[in-house]
Amino acid sequence: MTKNRFGRLFVSAIIGMCLVLSTSDIGLAAEPIKLGVAGAHSGDLASYGIPSIRAAELVAEDINASGGVLGRKVVLLTEDDVCKPEVATNTATKLLSQGVHVVLGHICSGATKAALGIYKDSKIIAMSPSATNPALTQSGDYPNFFRTIASDDAQARLNVDFALDVLKLKKIAIIHDKGDYGKGFAGFAKKFLEESGRAEVVLFEGVTPGAVDYSAVVQKIKHLKAEAVIFGGYHPEASKIVSQMRKKRMKTIFISDDGVKDDTFIKVAGKYAEGVYASGPKDTSKNPMNIAAVEAHKMKYGSDPGAFFTNAYAATLALLNAIEKAGTTDYDGVRKALRTAWVETPIGKIRFDERGDAIGAGFSVYQVQNGVYVELK
Amino acid sequence: MDWEYFCELFLGGLTRGSIYALVALGYTMVYGIIQLINFAHGEIYMIGAFTALIVTSVLTLLGLNQIAIIVLASIVAVIYSSAYGFTIEKMAYKPLRHAPRLSALISAIGMSLFLQNYVLLAQTSDFLPFPSLIPDFKVVEPFAHIIGSTEMAILITTIVVMILLTFLIKFTKIGKAMRATAQDRDMAMLAGVDVNRIISITFILGSATAAIGGILIASHIGQINFYVGFIVGIKAFVAAVLGGIGSIPGAVLGSLVLGWTESFFTGYVSSDYEDVFAFLFLVFILIFRPTGILGRSETQQV
Repeated sequence: MTKNRFGRLFVSAIIGMCLVLSTSDIGLAAEPIKLGVAGAHSGDLASYGIPSIRAAELVAEDINASGGVLGRKVVLLTEDDVCKPEVATNTATKLLSQGVHVVLGHICSGATKAALGIYKDSKIIAMSPSATNPALTQSGDYPNFFRTIASDDAQARLNVDFALDVLKLKKIAIIHDKGDYGKGFAGFAKKFLEESGRAEVVLFEGVTPGAVDYSAVVQKIKHLKAEAVIFGGYHPEASKIVSQMRKKRMKTIFISDDGVKDDTFIKVAGKYAEGVYASGPKDTSKNPMNIAAVEAHKMKYGSDPGAFFTNAYAATLALLNAIEKAGTTDYDGVRKALRTAWVETPIGKIRFDERGDAIGAGFSVYQVQNGVYVELK
Repeated sequence: MDWEYFCELFLGGLTRGSIYALVALGYTMVYGIIQLINFAHGEIYMIGAFTALIVTSVLTLLGLNQIAIIVLASIVAVIYSSAYGFTIEKMAYKPLRHAPRLSALISAIGMSLFLQNYVLLAQTSDFLPFPSLIPDFKVVEPFAHIIGSTEMAILITTIVVMILLTFLIKFTKIGKAMRATAQDRDMAMLAGVDVNRIISITFILGSATAAIGGILIASHIGQINFYVGFIVGIKAFVAAVLGGIGSIPGAVLGSLVLGWTESFFTGYVSSDYEDVFAFLFLVFILIFRPTGILGRSETQQV
């Protein structure tokens, strides 16, 4: 009898222990928050995508060190889309199959657009640090999309105002790279210039990215006697066009977008980059959070962060903050939190408007002076 | 009509065509000898440019003068690219010489992708600044504002390479053996021509001209990355077909025609449809002259 009772006690103790163990097991290994990081991580636009992985890594490390979000660890799932729409759909599908909760990305507008439809169907929020195509937010097609960068039309407006009010230009040629981003930007610039009625658009054309040379287009700009070129696109084409113009001794002013406001542009175009104007996100390098983030990047990777690093850092913070505030990774909850809760980030204190654009983030015009981009006030 | 503008476009097209020609020569020679489209040829061009960049950086550090740098960089790039061309042939094409033609073609495409990714991993995906190697000399006045020194150098180099190559093929023993191999490989072998050696030489020659093209264009546009060979390769291939693949004067003519088409179309119509028009032109030429402008029709004997 005693023995029997002892036996029963023993069994229940074991069961109890198992229960305790298993419950504490659940507590320890609560499902982590899976943050997808998608963008160009290889290929010729990798210099735009890799900084966002690093930003996400740094934020996740910080947050995990202080106990995670809602007591859950943040893990990163990085997927490469090489900035190609056709690859981006695969990237998105792959992230979904891995059970991603929210996505930081994508980087290029075209790829972002391709991936967004897939995320939308699965109710996943995506936040891009760099996709500036206006339709992404303004069309209303993607309620699951947010961004920490101002859209192209805001940027084109700024460039056009700068060309008209500050530089007082009358004849402008607009060139783009036929891509979603470049052509979109160029189209807005053309529209605003024509609406203003104060300057003539003498040329509106697309060049083929990767072409051997652009001498014919450059001749055309010269032939039409344009005072300035507004270029929509990325730095590889911009540096070729600027170099060819300067080699032909043309003094034509060159104005471009944040696809060109990248140090690689100055590195590649060298002395020909001097005097080029490009718009880009406002200089927030005085922001203490920004300084700390850049320092952390230098410590961990031994280099200065690249393009859109701060926007990606801000986006990661905004996403994780919204999950914390919402108390869930649930789609509706997080969406609501993104719109209502302000969050302190390296690009300033931001929240998001109805369409998904960040309130509190903006653009400035920069000029290359002595080999560095200087913000013009 | 604005003649100055016309001349500028003409010269721009001529420069672009010359560069295509340097690359197209490799396609056409290899095709002439073994009827293979060497799709890895554009990558040889890219490797030539990368080698020149690396050599230039080292030599600049050593403080050599510009002429010494360009000469040494070109020599090293030519040797290195030729070694690549030689190795590619031995590894990827020779074992498949008696296989169906499609196998060798797929092997060529594989080689092209392999080399692109290899350079991507070994170097970087970023665009790298390429120093302008060609000295910035003053061009004589009436031409000074329509052609730059770089364009001039490209044209002169291309002409010199063409002359040397024509001489080699027309008047030397190697050239004779090459022509014999192109006509009938088995017969040439029976007549005592070392066919394998001739094929290797063809690959080396083609790679050398591609490397020169790579250095010139990289120096002209001031930047390179691992992907630059692809587009130039495709354009040069088109030019070679346009001129009549297998024919050396045809490759040059086809390249110039393509360069001018692109240049004039951009200048007078729009650059939006530059490629569309260039390739449409190709389709038309091939419809009305399937062998290309200077190509001969091959009669297959049974």
